[in-house]
Amino acid sequence: MKVKVISRSTDEFTRERSQDLQIFARPFVGAMDGHIDAVSCMAKNPNHLKGIFSGSMDGDIRLWDLASRQTVCQFPGHQGAVRGLTASTDGRILVSCGTDCTVRLWNVPLATVIDSDCSSDNSAKPLAVYVWKNAFWAVDHQWNGDLFATAGAQVDIWDHNRSQPVNSFEWGKDTVISVRFNPGEPNVLATSASDRSITIYDLRMSSPARKLIMRTKTNSIAWNPMEPMNFTAANEDCSCYSYDARKLDEARCVHKDHVSAVMDIDYSPTGREFVTGSYDRTVRIFQFNAGHSREVYHTKRMQRVFCVKFSCDGSYVISGSDDTNLRIWKAKASEQLGVLLPRERKNQEYLEAVKNRYKHLPEVKRIVRHRHLPKPIYKASALRRIMTEAERKKEERRRAHSAPGSMPRVPLRKKRIIKEIE
Amino acid sequence: MGVRKEDDTSAKIMAPKEQRRAPQCLEVRGAHTAPQRGDSLLLEKNYMENLQKLLPRLKKWLMPSEGGYLEAEGIEKTWRIKQEAIAREVDILSRKNQYDIVLPELGPYTMDFTSSGRYMAVAGRKGHLAIIDMKSMGLIKEFQVRETVRDVVFLHNEQFFAAAQKKYPYIYNRDGTELHCLKEHGAIMKLQFLTNHFLLASVNKFGQLHYQDVTTGQMVGNYRTGHGRSDVMQVNPFNGVVALGHSNGSLSMWKPTSSAPLIKMLCHHGPVSALAFHSNGHLMATAGMDRKIKLWDLRKFKVLQTITGHAKTLDFSQKGLLAASTGSFVQILGDFSGSQNYSCYMNHSIVKGYQVRKVLFRPYEDVLGIGHSMGWSSILIPGSGEPNFDSWVANPFETSKQRREKEVRSLLDKLPPETVILDPRKIGTMRPMRKKEKPSKQEREAEMDAAVADAKNSITRKKKTKGRNKPSKRSKKVQEAVERAKRPFLEEESSQKKKQKISEQSELPKSLQRFVRKTA
Repeated sequence: MKVKVISRSTDEFTRERSQDLQIFARPFVGAMDGHIDAVSCMAKNPNHLKGIFSGSMDGDIRLWDLASRQTVCQFPGHQGAVRGLTASTDGRILVSCGTDCTVRLWNVPLATVIDSDCSSDNSAKPLAVYVWKNAFWAVDHQWNGDLFATAGAQVDIWDHNRSQPVNSFEWGKDTVISVRFNPGEPNVLATSASDRSITIYDLRMSSPARKLIMRTKTNSIAWNPMEPMNFTAANEDCSCYSYDARKLDEARCVHKDHVSAVMDIDYSPTGREFVTGSYDRTVRIFQFNAGHSREVYHTKRMQRVFCVKFSCDGSYVISGSDDTNLRIWKAKASEQLGVLLPRERKNQEYLEAVKNRYKHLPEVKRIVRHRHLPKPIYKASALRRIMTEAERKKEERRRAHSAPGSMPRVPLRKKRIIKEIE
Repeated sequence: MGVRKEDDTSAKIMAPKEQRRAPQCLEVRGAHTAPQRGDSLLLEKNYMENLQKLLPRLKKWLMPSEGGYLEAEGIEKTWRIKQEAIAREVDILSRKNQYDIVLPELGPYTMDFTSSGRYMAVAGRKGHLAIIDMKSMGLIKEFQVRETVRDVVFLHNEQFFAAAQKKYPYIYNRDGTELHCLKEHGAIMKLQFLTNHFLLASVNKFGQLHYQDVTTGQMVGNYRTGHGRSDVMQVNPFNGVVALGHSNGSLSMWKPTSSAPLIKMLCHHGPVSALAFHSNGHLMATAGMDRKIKLWDLRKFKVLQTITGHAKTLDFSQKGLLAASTGSFVQILGDFSGSQNYSCYMNHSIVKGYQVRKVLFRPYEDVLGIGHSMGWSSILIPGSGEPNFDSWVANPFETSKQRREKEVRSLLDKLPPETVILDPRKIGTMRPMRKKEKPSKQEREAEMDAAVADAKNSITRKKKTKGRNKPSKRSKKVQEAVERAKRPFLEEESSQKKKQKISEQSELPKSLQRFVRKTA
């Protein structure tokens, strides 16, 4: 029997389009569904790569297994929203705090337990519940120590075994909204408050060390784990500001690109890049010293992003958003997942080298730089560009019509700082 | 046994309107660019020789792909080859075209393809409507209308389709939104769309034929067929004439601008059960309840071949294969001798008990769609589809931009309903002169004058003796000659008048003729 039928392959009859190239970069790995309210905070487990804790606005705390994308354990107890979550450096204790004025300490289930039965719905009981006078906004654990700090009406320093704070700091009357311990110097912590200030505290001193007031509020702070004197502040004005803690009068770098308030920030363990989540429903990844983002992630279903975390191996990004889901993204959008054969790895390295070699060519550059953006964000960024341009022009004209030297040029790195208080 | 056919048939496949764009008519294109100088005969001869040499190469460029075929080797017979055997031999892409969709709930399915074969509309008798993208095998839209659906047909592209429902036909768009309810048509049995004329033709329960222009909404024609209910209707793709099969075994052909049928012919001794037209317009297949399938030559209106067998549904493929189906059995007939002698090519049986409602070849693919009582199936029929598509006519890989362009162009090229005639090639040609025409009055007079002048001149004067040569006698002679010459003309006239009188009288019966008033 000889048989032939008409068979047309689409490739032969259609032209390749530029959008077809985007198929290879698929950063979205999966969503973790389970919370019944917006995810407000997350915490990495420093001792266990696969685990991540998340707290939601309805008081639910969950431990997730990133590999199977399932809830391993739940920590019920909070009456109001959970606003802060942190794990001790050894990964045994989880600290949570929330708007119900309680701080709760939990025992983290062992890694073997996590692996053995992730199917059964096991919920943990708190190790300790400490009730305090005010609602809490954030909590962070000291690196290699027993202390943790909560932020609320003031900054409180707690010990695991004490039902009351061991120390309290206050500078001004406004609410402190975020707190982060320095990874290099265990006694140093930075906080941001709703009076638009960023304050650095030293636990060895009785009073706060330094304070920096900016024009807009800082929502979150992240220390660079590899260069512990530097930190980056996620600001309401859509930008992130990298500061040297020793020299607060000028930002080291301004990271622009978001079109709405930046809600959370987290550094990669390598310290070379950080991830930000924004109220404009996108997650961006920045180089630690770059003015613009390297990558932007969005999906149709992802709403306002409230918290982001880099995974402990630096290869994934986890975002928690208003739509009650946690989403896992690849840190490198076009990276191939799974175990690579040596030849595959060589090939990828070669392709990477080729891309690097020819990145200056306009054809290559266009493809490498292109990112598809949702229409509202695209429009908003265009509008922002117009606004900044108009502002710059106006200032130029003012300068041209005023006495020479009366309007000094203020770099952007200094422009948003009001003053620094020692 | 091969299915490859000579190429002149492929040129005939396209409708004449499309033919000027089609790449098949290479000769016509070439002729326009022929050099016109010098010795024309010699040049023409040279040119024809060159063209013969060039033709294979041009074919290779313009018609790059070859059609499918199924050839038996040794003692094999093509009609014994099963679909499973074909599936083992063909590539994965084609294997995807063999499938059965089982939907037992919503009753026998009918279907329609767009002219490019890219999209399929299916309709279940019990109200299930769906549009499917055949390239990606993705469901574009499906919905339930919760009433009987008798037929479905695509309009000019996949954006719109019409469904004949319980009481009225409706037009839906691709998203399933109801756009129009065509109440004037009534309870439709069968729908057809005339692509070049943008006419929606329908025949309803009472045997009324409606034509509606879908671009303007105007009802172009509304005619009573006078043969009662009929659900056998098919458009001849060549000239747009609609053929209806009736329960008394006759078949009538209609155009939108006349209330009487163009053709009435008695085809079968029982009711006509199915009808199909070959796309070249010369060949028609009819099936009757008298257990006969007949192939007709539409140029002479004569039977070419009679095949014994029932057929509930018939369809011609682009390459001229004929699918006939009844019960759960599908037979494909092919014309392999080139002499309009159809013989069995392939067979296919679906699960026993399923009742086939509709068979339809997918254009530009070697695929036959079968709608039956338990869903629909698709089988491979090698050699049925046209391998080379012309993207100006029908493009299976059409983008939305191209579709929009084509829609505008086809609306500009829309043909008026008057152009639906039996032989559309007559359009644009001169009417031939009548062979014998009656001479007009002036001509007759001129002729008579000439005859009179002749008679006058022909009189010869003899030398006569004195007294015999009187002028009065001479003039009398001339007078006589003139009278003689005039007589035949005058007689002719009077006889015509008489004839008229007689015919007037003869209109009446003889018994009444005596009452006719005698006029002068």
